[in-house]
Amino acid sequence: MASSIPYLLTIITFLPLLGSVIVMLVPGDGAKKWLALATTVVTFLVSLLLWTNWQDGYAGMQFVEDAVWFAPLGIRYALGVDGISLFLVLLTTFLMPIAVYFSILYVDKRVGAYMALMLLLETAMIGVFVALDLVLFFVFFEASLIPMYFLIGEWGGQNRVYAAVKFFLYTFAGSALMVVAILIVYFSAGTFDIVALQSTPLPAVVQTWAFLAFSLAFAVKTPLFPFHTWLPDAHVQAPTAGSIILAGVLLKMGTYGFLRLAMPVFPQAAEQFGPLLATLAVIGILYGALVALMQKDIKSLVAYSSVAHLGYVMLGVIAMNAQGVSGSVLQMVNHGLSTGALFLMVGLLYERRHTRMLDEFGGLWASVPVYTGLFLVVAMSSAGLPGLNGFVGEFTIMLGAYNYMPIFAVLAAAGVILAAWYLLTAFRKMAQGEITNPANDKANLKDLNLKELAMVVPLVILFFVIGLFPNLFFDKINPSVEAMLATRTALIEQATAEQMPALELAEIVVTEAK
Amino acid sequence: MNSALTELNLNAVLPALTMVIAAAVVILLDILNRKGKTPTLAWLPWVALVGVLATAGVSIWLLSQPVSSFQGMAVSDERAQALNLVVLTGAALAILLSVRYIPTVNLQTGEYYTLILLVSAGMMMMGAATDLMVVFLALETFSLGLYILAGLSRISRRSNEAAMKYFLLGAFASAFFVYGAAFVYGATGSTRFDLIAMRLFEGQADVALLAIGVTMLIAGFGFKVSLVPFHMWTPDVYQGSPTPVTAFMSIGTKAAAFAAFYRFFATALPTEQPTWGMALGILAVLTMTLGNLVALRQSSLKRLLAYSSIAHAGYLLVGLATATPAGIDAALYYLIAYAFMNMGAFAVVILLERQGEMDATGNRLKGLAKRHPQVALLMSIFMFSLAGVPPFAGFFAKFFVFAAAVQGGYSWLAAVAMLNSAIGAWYYLRIVVDMYFAEPSEETRIEAQRTSIPVAMTLGIAAVFTVALGVLPWLWTGLVQSGAVTTLALR
Repeated sequence: MASSIPYLLTIITFLPLLGSVIVMLVPGDGAKKWLALATTVVTFLVSLLLWTNWQDGYAGMQFVEDAVWFAPLGIRYALGVDGISLFLVLLTTFLMPIAVYFSILYVDKRVGAYMALMLLLETAMIGVFVALDLVLFFVFFEASLIPMYFLIGEWGGQNRVYAAVKFFLYTFAGSALMVVAILIVYFSAGTFDIVALQSTPLPAVVQTWAFLAFSLAFAVKTPLFPFHTWLPDAHVQAPTAGSIILAGVLLKMGTYGFLRLAMPVFPQAAEQFGPLLATLAVIGILYGALVALMQKDIKSLVAYSSVAHLGYVMLGVIAMNAQGVSGSVLQMVNHGLSTGALFLMVGLLYERRHTRMLDEFGGLWASVPVYTGLFLVVAMSSAGLPGLNGFVGEFTIMLGAYNYMPIFAVLAAAGVILAAWYLLTAFRKMAQGEITNPANDKANLKDLNLKELAMVVPLVILFFVIGLFPNLFFDKINPSVEAMLATRTALIEQATAEQMPALELAEIVVTEAK
Repeated sequence: MNSALTELNLNAVLPALTMVIAAAVVILLDILNRKGKTPTLAWLPWVALVGVLATAGVSIWLLSQPVSSFQGMAVSDERAQALNLVVLTGAALAILLSVRYIPTVNLQTGEYYTLILLVSAGMMMMGAATDLMVVFLALETFSLGLYILAGLSRISRRSNEAAMKYFLLGAFASAFFVYGAAFVYGATGSTRFDLIAMRLFEGQADVALLAIGVTMLIAGFGFKVSLVPFHMWTPDVYQGSPTPVTAFMSIGTKAAAFAAFYRFFATALPTEQPTWGMALGILAVLTMTLGNLVALRQSSLKRLLAYSSIAHAGYLLVGLATATPAGIDAALYYLIAYAFMNMGAFAVVILLERQGEMDATGNRLKGLAKRHPQVALLMSIFMFSLAGVPPFAGFFAKFFVFAAAVQGGYSWLAAVAMLNSAIGAWYYLRIVVDMYFAEPSEETRIEAQRTSIPVAMTLGIAAVFTVALGVLPWLWTGLVQSGAVTTLALR
């Protein structure tokens, strides 16, 4: 058994907060930048201890911490990770240094505040994934709004204030009812403990209302069609690093919420509303892909592709079978890496040309071959080419969806084709053909330098690692997923068993009559 | 004879008594000053502050020794002392805000601090009262003082209007209150809360008379905490009064009236809960919805905060609809959180004011972050907290109050309240948007004579506690450690 390190999760969660305070206090932009980067790198290295000290095959929560936070209501400061949250934590700590390093290279307006907000955001995001108490979860979930709101509003594009306010109000209003639902759940189950709630039977009425309230909050965050309208605005206006984090991590809070809370805690309601949610997810897949096909701005193309990709994740979560859920967990990570990388590539191009319009480009193969080659790999990873990470996740989800309801798998497969179509179209317009615009000439456009490669290459390596050795990850994910599903099945069976006696009696009467 | 003497335990009124003594000291120093014997004018706020701190000490000392006194007309228990601490917080911060401010409005500083202390004494009695007559006495004590304070600026027409309006409507409300108390007496034969409850329990009360009486009492209370439809005076009085007075009023009056309101409903009318619970729930919905919707359209910061305070009265009323002990403790947490965040917001308004006026328009916030980043940062904390975003105190305030409502079976009310807080987020957020994302204009400036160390202290204290209570809510509940909150946990 690997040794557990005390307070490891607290350290990982609050190290960025500490860094943020220090960044605010030290003078000098240079110092602030490098301190912020150092904080994220150290946080990443520390978080690797979760991987090295992982107890393989153990399904429950690891590195658990538990302390009383507010005794009168039984609110606890409880942290822990299992196979489901482990990779989301690692994804967060892995993407942060990349996002911060990109900002070091390209952000020069009020750097101190920018870096401090990025670090605050990291604390909130990690907190969401490691919280085991409903109230603690909600506090982190909501607290993430404030730094993101400022990042979009202050450092975003033309229409940034509108996008920032829309982002804040949409998500704040979406989760308003969740507070009431959390309280209703507490007063009928008697605990805020997320793990305990997963094995506590709740009355049907409570399940229905609470499931709807939780779903609304998470559907806005994910975003699930038709609650997605804030996302393109927020993405297009956000600064590049903000987009990487928004797509890479923040959206996963929604799908993670579904997976950790809405689906297992309210199983009957989840079964009842499952087909509806799955329909919305499939509409999202097709709609997002079709709208992405029509985009002229590469960044909004990537934004809409996010709507489509998260549809797959949702489909796997809703299927609630081993393949679907495991695939979803991995696909959350994949989407974080691929879309994060896409936003990074778009950002790198934007910093060179100060435009993101597809029409402005063409023939980049000839002028910037390294950039274009890497872009192709990233796009293929996002499109789900076998051998790369996206394929593994999507394929597993399809299996799960087929076992759930075949029609959804068939429709979702159409989305895969569309994804290849819009990504290849975008690639063709950017990279192939003749150079029509002199700004794209070899003389005017520089290829990636070493600093920039240092950000892109780690992502690309991970694409191949996940694509070729998915079991490195599934081995850690699967036990927890299976345990969660087993608990859930037991809960459903228990609930049906309570209704059974009447039926059994009727059966006995019938057989005796014969 | 002997037993009557032993029953006369002064602990129930000791904090108020301390406050009155402090007020007497302040007025004495003022007289000495006017006779030219000692130049004590500059000391007065600090003497008043020492009085407030001494009273807070007395309150904390009394926390652990509950007692009922004056033949059951007043008590000293954890809730009474908790209310005292809320009022004292408001008074202390208001005094700090007044140090520089009041001399610019009115030269009678001695009267001012005396009145603040006497008004606080009245407010504190509201929390200790267990008899409608004592409630009425306390109500009048603090109301009369507030009428004068509202009109402190004798040359300002707005201030005169505010005082006049407040006085006339307040007198009406008091009349309603007394009339209601008379009806309750007629229906039950007593004005003491426990005796009313006993008569009701025994079924000896005239329910129709009681209903009329309670309706009138709600009108009287509703005026003080500005519930819709008794809220009309609020924006004008808030705008016209000197800003430290407004700040004090927004916290003290609300806290005191709610404390008495809660105690009356929870101890005198527990058997009638199903009847008035629904009525109060509907009042709460009206109050917060109207407050939030009208606040969206305000350009004056003080009017905006006035409507926001109406909305917050609505949220507080949500907990009252059930009037469980848990609800009372939740409301007290709400009040202390509100005291800090609202005081902070008013301190920023004071910074933005100009000489000779007692209000600031919202456009002065535009681009404030570029000129005064520290002030903008603190103001954002207060705004996010008022909106109820974690990890600030405003979030747990709402969470606890709505928890009491859900526990009492009023989930729909909690849901309406949460949707309302999403509307509220819009105008609090607009202030943050203006401060950070707008370009500074001619209007965006803080005049040098507005800034002073006491105002900075207020801002600092308010911000520290807004964050600290949000992260560690047990700081407050641990201090006033009420047995009632724990019953909630035992479920």
